[in-house]
Amino acid sequence: MKVGDVLLELALRFGVLSLIAVGGATTVVPEMHRWLVESTSWVSDREFAQLYAIAQAAPGPNVLIVTLLGWKLAGLAGAVVATLAICAPSGLLTYGMAHVWHRCRAARWRIAVQAGMAPLTVGLILATGYILARAADSGWAAVAVTAATALVVLTTRVNPLWLLGAAGAVGAFGWL
Amino acid sequence: MSVAAAAPRLTDPRDVTVGALFLGFLQIALSGFGGVLAWARRLIVERRRWLDDGDFTDMLSLCQFLPGPNIVNVSIYVGARFRGPLGSLAAFTGLMAAPMAIVLVLGALYARFGDVAAARGGFVGISAATAGLVIATALKMAVPLVRRPIAAAFGLIAFGAVGVVRLPMIEVLIVLAPLSVAVAWFRRR
Repeated sequence: MKVGDVLLELALRFGVLSLIAVGGATTVVPEMHRWLVESTSWVSDREFAQLYAIAQAAPGPNVLIVTLLGWKLAGLAGAVVATLAICAPSGLLTYGMAHVWHRCRAARWRIAVQAGMAPLTVGLILATGYILARAADSGWAAVAVTAATALVVLTTRVNPLWLLGAAGAVGAFGWL
Repeated sequence: MSVAAAAPRLTDPRDVTVGALFLGFLQIALSGFGGVLAWARRLIVERRRWLDDGDFTDMLSLCQFLPGPNIVNVSIYVGARFRGPLGSLAAFTGLMAAPMAIVLVLGALYARFGDVAAARGGFVGISAATAGLVIATALKMAVPLVRRPIAAAFGLIAFGAVGVVRLPMIEVLIVLAPLSVAVAWFRRR
């Protein structure tokens, strides 16, 4: 494919994901994985999980995974196009709603939509975690690292960066 | 605490310039490892006093209600409120430019050294732990659903359909979203 075609596809795909990312960028990670790993094989399973991990370890918003995927497929231009594509449609919507929001804040439909979408958001984020765990998987030791990290985050207030660092060290010693 | 701290005065909106918006969101972006939203609140409400607590909560509920990356929506909203389109652009650029540059440098290092044995093992460990972070986030968010079995069922179906069966997300949402919202509508009278 020509670079222009790739950029156009990035813009269209991530543009659509922007508008269905109910509850944030993490909810559409399964869809990115379905497209880039399962349908097109443009990115390998393991690389997808590792690019996500890099985005998580870097300062800034979670949506940086899109920057890295765009960069992987079409270099710097791909990074910029993909990032703008996932931010602009929802951003324009936010801009438009910023002035009318106070009028529908207490509306019954708004409360119902929010309450109805909340469980779907949770299910989609869980799907993201499950897909990343399977993609990162290199055997039982890696599954144990995933489970231990989740457990520590749920039961303590330790900074997650320490956990990423510890897991990276365990892996670097060749134990995974 | 002094009286001033008990009733903090908001910053004069005229002082929230395009440059201040850019720098404020740049600082939020660079402070926030993992949880940018907490830093956004700290800076916008407590440090710079651009919005009060109630305004911030209203704003956040909109930005989480609408689709898209939440913190990006926050930057657009806060920018728009003080300086219109140019303010949104400044806040958004402040939020994204430096993190994008940093993550691309990290990505380039990964592409260059990712195949060295120790680094490869390290990345396996970090990606396994990251999956654990995401799973923990989902489980924390699931706690309120325990007392709402129908809502919990919708969450589980969304997880199974998108995460395990790997159905297209748009089609799953087209089916599940209206049903789940309808249940919430009638549950709340």
